[in-house]
Amino acid sequence: MARLNINGKLRDVQVEPDTPLLWVIREQVGLTGTKYGCGVAQCGACSVHINGEVMRSCAIPVGNVKATDRIVTIEGLSATSSHPVQKAWAALDVPQCGYCQSGQIMAAAALLKKNPKPTDKDIDEAMTNICRCGTYQRIRAAVHTAAGRKEA
Amino acid sequence: MNKFSSKIPSLSRRKFIIDSAAVGGGLAVGFNLPIGRAADAKNTLRGNEVNAWVVVKPDSSCVIRVARSEMGQGTHTGLVQLVAEELECDWKKLSIDQVTAGENLARKRVWGEMGTGGSRGIRISQDYVRRGGAVARVMLLQAAAEQWKVPVEELSVAKGVITHATSKRSTTYGKVAAAAAKLTPPDPKSIKLKDPKDWKIAGKPVLRLDTADKLNGSKLYSIDLKLPGMLHAAIRQCPVFGGKLSSFDEAKIAGMPGVKRAVKVNDSAVAVVADTWWRAKKALDALPIVWDEGAGTAESSATIAERLKGGLTASDEPFAGWQVGDALKAIGGAAKKIDAVYSTPFLAHATMEPMNCTARVSAERVEVWGPTQNAEASLAAASEESGLPLGKAEVYKLDLGGGFGRRGGTQDYTRQAVAIAKQFPGVPIKLVWSREEDMQHDFYRPISMCKLSAGLDETGKLQGLHIRISGQSINAFLNPAVIKEGRDMRQVQGMYKDPGDAQFAYTVPNLLIEYAMRNSHVPVGPWRGVNTNQNGVYLECFIEEVARAAGTDSLEFRRALLHDHPKHLGVLNAAAEKADWGKPLPPGVHRGIAQFMGYGSYSAAVAEVSVSAKGELKVHRMVLALNCGHAVNPQQIAMQVEGSVAFGLTATLYGELTVGNGRIQQSNFHDYAIMRLAEMPKVETVIVPTYDFWGGVGEPTICVVAPAVLNAIFAATGKPVRSLPLKNVKLV
Repeated sequence: MARLNINGKLRDVQVEPDTPLLWVIREQVGLTGTKYGCGVAQCGACSVHINGEVMRSCAIPVGNVKATDRIVTIEGLSATSSHPVQKAWAALDVPQCGYCQSGQIMAAAALLKKNPKPTDKDIDEAMTNICRCGTYQRIRAAVHTAAGRKEA
Repeated sequence: MNKFSSKIPSLSRRKFIIDSAAVGGGLAVGFNLPIGRAADAKNTLRGNEVNAWVVVKPDSSCVIRVARSEMGQGTHTGLVQLVAEELECDWKKLSIDQVTAGENLARKRVWGEMGTGGSRGIRISQDYVRRGGAVARVMLLQAAAEQWKVPVEELSVAKGVITHATSKRSTTYGKVAAAAAKLTPPDPKSIKLKDPKDWKIAGKPVLRLDTADKLNGSKLYSIDLKLPGMLHAAIRQCPVFGGKLSSFDEAKIAGMPGVKRAVKVNDSAVAVVADTWWRAKKALDALPIVWDEGAGTAESSATIAERLKGGLTASDEPFAGWQVGDALKAIGGAAKKIDAVYSTPFLAHATMEPMNCTARVSAERVEVWGPTQNAEASLAAASEESGLPLGKAEVYKLDLGGGFGRRGGTQDYTRQAVAIAKQFPGVPIKLVWSREEDMQHDFYRPISMCKLSAGLDETGKLQGLHIRISGQSINAFLNPAVIKEGRDMRQVQGMYKDPGDAQFAYTVPNLLIEYAMRNSHVPVGPWRGVNTNQNGVYLECFIEEVARAAGTDSLEFRRALLHDHPKHLGVLNAAAEKADWGKPLPPGVHRGIAQFMGYGSYSAAVAEVSVSAKGELKVHRMVLALNCGHAVNPQQIAMQVEGSVAFGLTATLYGELTVGNGRIQQSNFHDYAIMRLAEMPKVETVIVPTYDFWGGVGEPTICVVAPAVLNAIFAATGKPVRSLPLKNVKLV
């Protein structure tokens, strides 16, 4: 049994406490925008925000999450895909297969919240999620666009 | 039959998804729904099918059918551009409908082949999909002409609005679609297609149609599917290829939360089925399993390498290949001789979405929902595995979270899902592989080595070249029937004699290209770019060594050998020009160049790199030139080229799987690294289509990435790199 605050809603789920938060979000809660990619916090496809920080949910046991922790998934980032990161991603046609992009978008949104005008070096350090299609060049450009800059 | 079956499979499919969405709760969007805009799913097919490719709805919005798979490469958008160009519909009122393998079979393959590999998606279907759009246009215009009783030649059409200028009348596709659907279609071959010079939608850098739901988590991949009553399966396969399952002790996991059963999956795997995937996986981890690992345990990277080395020097066996003149004699008598041995390792596809498939099997029907590059191969696998005829099988294809060749003909995960689901009649079973299973049970890029020898005359001209490749054969593993007398030409891809697909372009008076097959028990398969990647490294890095031995500029040396192959030369020149070849670079930065051909397209690259005093590599910039014949969407092509740089660089920097005790020794991204954003160089794409052929896009440029980078490293350090990946190489 766990009580979670996901996208502003409190949810009670029947689940063993060692279950990774990722799988609770996907299976018990039913929000599948957050993806499984590696299960060992390497790829970032499972990235969500917890209290404003980007976290890799595949490596967080749900038992370590408190009901007061505010979890935001890709579904909760904005109601109408209107977050500046989502708009920039659309304008620059960033996704290819799209599978990693929930995590990329969550990582970019967390970066911009802390650092509204990131440099290329800031982006290098913050955007460490794996994209197998290789959309990195457009991700970089879209982070700059979302920050209100022309591509650096 | 289940309640969702009907005579119109598309409708039944949609109804099914809508129903399951309602039941599943969290599912906002089902698959096969109109893409790119928030459309009403229930109206998707409430229109008139003008022909197999085009459905027109009353509001004149058009549904374009596609048969090929979308895995990120942009084929769906490109195909729709081609249909829409001829159809003359409104680009802003379009949606895509994916046909199923069952529908294609039932309609005598009216949509052609569904396989999506070999960069074939657009180049092979372009003619018939454009004719599909054109036939629909002709029928819609004919219907308007008949309604108005005027000659069809007097009508014009733009964005789905038909106009008769003389009488100042106009109507829309939506209004005439019902009448058009009743007309006898003209012979597609009788219609003249537009000259690409006149294209308004095709040839333009339009945004993809399938982006919106990738931005908010609503896109449904196969791994996200929820069906009423569905159970989840986690699988473990024998860690040694060719080994078998001996036994497992189900009693040890009895009573674990959510667990239903542990089941044997064919001969070599066991799956735990539970109410959630995580519970299934946790129980699987606790399940005692005994394997009969078999003879494969004797294999290791060392034994495989020894076997490959034997192939480099073997003399008494059939080799695939071809020759001109007498290369061995020419090299033997040359003024200067250059020799080198190169090697490349096994690589995993590592699609971001791990292998998965959902299956439901009853006595009457087998249904599969999966990420597949070849829905018809999935259909065949489902039919065979279930024992039901093809007519009682259906495959619902979902867009793939990456493919790269992993999910084409080799339908192992589909077979497994059906094999498990057979043991739970009527219950949908979703099988999901862990990343570890994915890494250790792939069909890997084949390992190979290459021995090259060249002879230069006194003036530095190349007189003889001998290339001997030794390594695993994809066909030997997947399609042995095509190998004749032990010769598999596919392994010399990119070095073919014949023009058109993957031609060797250097004119050398004495040339000998050979492939010695050396197989192991490790499964191999096509990996984005397939054998062009390894062969591109071998040829282009060695040509660099030869150019330097000749004391000639890398670009000029290649140019001189390419005079008989103007398209290869064309992309080489385009890349060199864009990259300012020959002009000064910042201190410490060096250039490398390469060209190669695959998938009917011509590619060249220039890399700019620096190597620090500590031997750290930085790839600053890459310029790639591509002649793919026709450029259907320049922005999509640029995206594929950028992606190909990441794919090729990952392999160059990190990609390596090793074998010990018969099993793959890497298991996840911590020991099989994928390049990240910080390492991505600035990529500039030069598209130079000559509009006299149709070439592929998804794969062709990968093969020039590694050799361009390695040749730039050679320029920086003065030492050739002959073995990949670079993580194992001390650069200084």
